Amino acid sequence: MSIKQFIRERFFPHMWCPGCGHGVVLNAMLRAVERLGLNKNDIVMVSGIGCSSRISGYVDFHTLHTIHGRALAFATGVKMSRPELNLIVPMGDGDALAIGGNHFIHAARRNIDMTAIVMNNRIYGMTGGQYSPLSGHGILATTAPYHNIDQGFDIVNLATAAGATFVARTTTYHVQQITDILCDAITHKGFSVVEIMSQCPTYFGRKNREGGAVEMMKLMKDRTTPIGSKAFQENPDLIQRGIFVKRDQPEYCSEYHKVIEKAMKGR
Amino acid sequence: MSDIDTGSQEAGDRGKTLESGMPSSEIKFIQGNEVCVEAALYAGLDFFAGYPITPSTEIAEHLSARLPQAGKTFIQMEDEIASICAIIGASLTGHKVMTATSGPGFSLMQEALGYAVMTEIPSVIVNVQRGGPSTGLPTHASQGDVNQARWGTHGDHAIITLTASNHQDVFSITVDAFNLAETYRTPVILLFDEVVGHMREKVIIPAPGQLPLVERLRTSVREGIDYHPYLPREDGRLPMSDFGGVHRYNVTGLVHDMWGFPSGNPQVVQGLLRHLVDKINNNAREIARYKTYFTEDADCMLVSYGSSARSALHVVMNRRQRGEKLGLLELQTLWPFPAHVVRDVCARAEYVVVVEMNMGQVLEQVKLAVDKAQKVFLANRIDGVFINPTDIRNILRLIQGKGV
Repeated sequence: MSIKQFIRERFFPHMWCPGCGHGVVLNAMLRAVERLGLNKNDIVMVSGIGCSSRISGYVDFHTLHTIHGRALAFATGVKMSRPELNLIVPMGDGDALAIGGNHFIHAARRNIDMTAIVMNNRIYGMTGGQYSPLSGHGILATTAPYHNIDQGFDIVNLATAAGATFVARTTTYHVQQITDILCDAITHKGFSVVEIMSQCPTYFGRKNREGGAVEMMKLMKDRTTPIGSKAFQENPDLIQRGIFVKRDQPEYCSEYHKVIEKAMKGR
Repeated sequence: MSDIDTGSQEAGDRGKTLESGMPSSEIKFIQGNEVCVEAALYAGLDFFAGYPITPSTEIAEHLSARLPQAGKTFIQMEDEIASICAIIGASLTGHKVMTATSGPGFSLMQEALGYAVMTEIPSVIVNVQRGGPSTGLPTHASQGDVNQARWGTHGDHAIITLTASNHQDVFSITVDAFNLAETYRTPVILLFDEVVGHMREKVIIPAPGQLPLVERLRTSVREGIDYHPYLPREDGRLPMSDFGGVHRYNVTGLVHDMWGFPSGNPQVVQGLLRHLVDKINNNAREIARYKTYFTEDADCMLVSYGSSARSALHVVMNRRQRGEKLGLLELQTLWPFPAHVVRDVCARAEYVVVVEMNMGQVLEQVKLAVDKAQKVFLANRIDGVFINPTDIRNILRLIQGKGV
């Protein structure tokens, strides 16, 4: 079976720049959906605003392209009103963690069953290369022409602290790991956060002299290592990838169902 | 009171006059915010998301108890932005939805309100007004959000905004809000105020079936056949398909074509904007809700709405007993502004006095609607104190050249 069945072919070619990592995420995500054997009618994809959020237009699911930063809030309404649906919420780093940071931590705290994908390219691409809360100190951007003085978030630590019950990280270089992790994340009952480090050669790469797409992907290969690897013991500056958190905790919609049962019994 | 006529009866399709004592109707003595809750449940509310804010909080409190009793959904979100976003998501799956807030929260909701306008998602947004701007006067009376309801979100658009002055009308207008939201596939704003929201008053909860309810118009297109979410029928209405159902389509706040896919085609842009505005503004007569009191022979016409109309009505009744020819036009639809009603009802009046608790937001609309703008005056209070009959009478004396 081809993953072509999951895309809206008439809306291609896509609008992402040559070399953008987001297409890799799209591909790997569709392979996860295929592997899980999900019914297209049971998947709702909710996205916000930015390059990453355009992913929803290309897939043949129920797709909701919303406003900047609020995808998780819209998704909460969809999920709470139809708990049996599978919710996938792809977001950019600025979308999820700057303007949408509050919704991100609260969705995690509730442990509502959905899969939040943060496509982290450390830049605002759609608006032309401004620094994001994931850019990190010292980075150059169109709004940091000298250098960025903001410290970056660690998405894994943030999601873990906020209460997400599934937290993972991988990169667009590790294509098969994306699919593996997304299968786990989508099947997990609770709030899943998957950070996928992605390259933006057009803005981040050019501004910070990281080269083109191939060079940037090689950097992601060199700068990351599996969780707890020997390489990490020797060089703690490496970024770990893999599944950091996977734990059971009552899921929000199930908990609300208990409220309904109590209310219907007259408390 | 044969001189009292409700404009709604002219419109033809509103609810029948309530007959107290009907076996299955129920009398309650409750707050306006609770009446709004009762009416929303009567209208079929399935999903409420909200955030605490004075003076609207009782709506969330009561719904948190009532909705789960009916197997329906209440959720308290992290802010007002998330609240309106959540109800839009829930409406898409085929549910009747509502949120409730006050000025500061309503400000936060404006971007998502525009999203609901653009994506044509039925929803009801209650704003129990407080004094503004900013945190303003959380527990005081004001009607300062009339223009925000109209133009709070960016870009050209049309919007429906309704209000009411007493609890029976709060009930019927809330049911109407849900009906209009479904009929026109649009967000509808219920603009109540602190006085109506917190006042306790008798209300008759109509028996089920007594007020007409409009259910969602769903597509008859079968599974496997292309469904166009944004292709209007000949009558301008767009049948919907529930998210999670058999038709998979795209919804976006970008300008979109009939598939719901982003488009920058000038013809598509123009067509969509015209559709969004025309579907409401061309039906302004259908959407107009109002009441008239002694308007036939009135020399002096008061125009008011919300709690201010209670004081205006008191003045009219009081002065009529003394033979003075005062009348009242009480507006219940604020947007689209029922200019045709104002023009007709005020045509014979020597002067028109708009009674409201702001600096003249409806006054400006009335001036535009009547033949002579010079004959329109403002009776207002902006100090957080409920405008009372004496305030109105004092201003009438000034207008009549009698001094204070």
